[in-house]
Amino acid sequence: MWRRCLLTGMFAWLAAAAPASAFVAYVSNEKGNTVTVIDTDSWTVTKTIKVGQRPRGIEFSRDGKFVMVAVGDDDTIQMIDTKTQEIVDTLPSGPDPELFTQDAAGKTMYVANENDNTVTVIDLEKRARLGDIQVGVEPEGMAVSPDGKILINTSETTSMAHFIDTATRQIVANVLVDSRPRFAAFKRDGSELWVSSEIGGTVSIVDPVKHEVTGKVTFEIPGLRSEAIQPVGIGMTKDGKTAFVALGPANRVAVVDGATHKVTKYLLVGQRVWHMDFTPDEKYLLVTNGVSNDVSVIDVAAQKVIKTIQVGELPWGITIAQP
Amino acid sequence: MSSTTVPPARSGFSPSEYIICLNGIVWREALRFLHQRERFISALVRPLVWLFIFAAGFRQVLGISIIPPYETYIPYEVYIAPGLMAMIQLFNGMQSSLSMVYDREMGNMRTLLVSPLPRGYLLFCKLLAGTAVSLLQVYAFLVIAWFWDIAPPTIGYLTVLPALVLSGLMLGALGMLISSGIKQLENFAGVMNFVIFPMFFASSALYPLWRVQEGSPMLYYVCLCNPFTHAVELVRFAVYGKMNWVSLAVVGGCTVVFMIGAIIAYDPSRGLVRRGPGGGEA
Repeated sequence: MWRRCLLTGMFAWLAAAAPASAFVAYVSNEKGNTVTVIDTDSWTVTKTIKVGQRPRGIEFSRDGKFVMVAVGDDDTIQMIDTKTQEIVDTLPSGPDPELFTQDAAGKTMYVANENDNTVTVIDLEKRARLGDIQVGVEPEGMAVSPDGKILINTSETTSMAHFIDTATRQIVANVLVDSRPRFAAFKRDGSELWVSSEIGGTVSIVDPVKHEVTGKVTFEIPGLRSEAIQPVGIGMTKDGKTAFVALGPANRVAVVDGATHKVTKYLLVGQRVWHMDFTPDEKYLLVTNGVSNDVSVIDVAAQKVIKTIQVGELPWGITIAQP
Repeated sequence: MSSTTVPPARSGFSPSEYIICLNGIVWREALRFLHQRERFISALVRPLVWLFIFAAGFRQVLGISIIPPYETYIPYEVYIAPGLMAMIQLFNGMQSSLSMVYDREMGNMRTLLVSPLPRGYLLFCKLLAGTAVSLLQVYAFLVIAWFWDIAPPTIGYLTVLPALVLSGLMLGALGMLISSGIKQLENFAGVMNFVIFPMFFASSALYPLWRVQEGSPMLYYVCLCNPFTHAVELVRFAVYGKMNWVSLAVVGGCTVVFMIGAIIAYDPSRGLVRRGPGGGEA
């Protein structure tokens, strides 16, 4: 009997001691023209992949087989095979693609073409361009509503969030937000749309049904002038209770209460923190620090920065998935 | 005129005799510390002033860099915390020595020195007692710092203990060595200025050494040679469960050298300082 207990105990101990599921993070380095691959178990760089000119927006395909990276100066989107970690194909975007998003099924991709004031719609199965949607000046932030019916595009110079019907590909509403909107993210339940404004220094909370700004997240860091606080990337937990906002040259990530929209904490990271992504188990959040050329790892539960990893030159975007 | 009869030295003592002696010295130091509440409060206020006021004004000193043992960017308050822990021990080491000068002036030291146990052991007990007091002060500081969001990994509170013991011993031995050369209590203030402040400021306690090197390469080498720098770094690494072998070697070596120096200096027959007629205390 005691042997069985001992054996069970040993298995339990081994299970507890086993490392957490390893994920793999891909970081686009805007100036280095590379993508850095990070193993999230050992927190080490395992490979650097040479890609096209000016890689920025980066995302896993829904099936996890490819990592797609927008290479702005090459006017295309490159597909990296996650097994071989080599570029295997390209997707037809418009000129200067910056950020993109996919629908829930991973069949359709929407690309913001910064210099063309358009959003390109791509069929991911056929890898073919389906058409373009005319939007505001300098489109950037992209998000699809949880029900897949609405596509959001933010245009930096127009300072608007455009609501686009994914079925008709027509703009159905425009919501004016603070200056230079960079990024958009929906709460998982679709109740709120968050839009970060780089120059305005705020995150606007938009009611996706009424198309109205219902609140704003503001930031204040002692010792820093307000111009240095430039919200860009947003990461929201699945339960919508906590959001993380990258504050650019403020070198901080703000932790925001998802319900009250108040900042509860500022976390010190590297210089010019830009975009972020959670590990699939939501234990960690990785943020890119453009000027200090590194990626900081945040323990989500503890709300602490635990590590910073050197990557390529000017890290911009990041995507994480199961290898 | 008082005469002190020193019993002839015995060749061997039982462990219990050694323990009784250690117990007596530690207990006396503990009682003295408990009765001097102002000393405890001032020992805490000093680093807290640095932490709350100085650190607030000097946040930019650290710059943007990741310095071992840290694995990410840290606020300045977090950086100076190990330096302040070592500062507590530095002041405590000197104050403990100050008490020896006081004891010598008041004549209390005779009570201690008439013990038949070896002089070196007596001094070591005194050193241990001073270190134990400094540990109390450091942990009290860490508790307050925790509320200021300076929270090392939980295991760090344990792993830092051996480093604190060793650095406490080194700084206490240094204080003891210095105190042996001081004849009057009044002279000690000068030594405080000439020892504590240079040691503290020419170290990595307040600013990382790469910053010092940028400003003055000469000062950088001074900092590198300063044992206090290595005490700070030993504590800094230990708080994060890491070992700085160079600092360990320097602090360990200095502890031995200072201790031997203090034993020699407190030996009336071989003392470093010229004694009065008869070789008694001044």
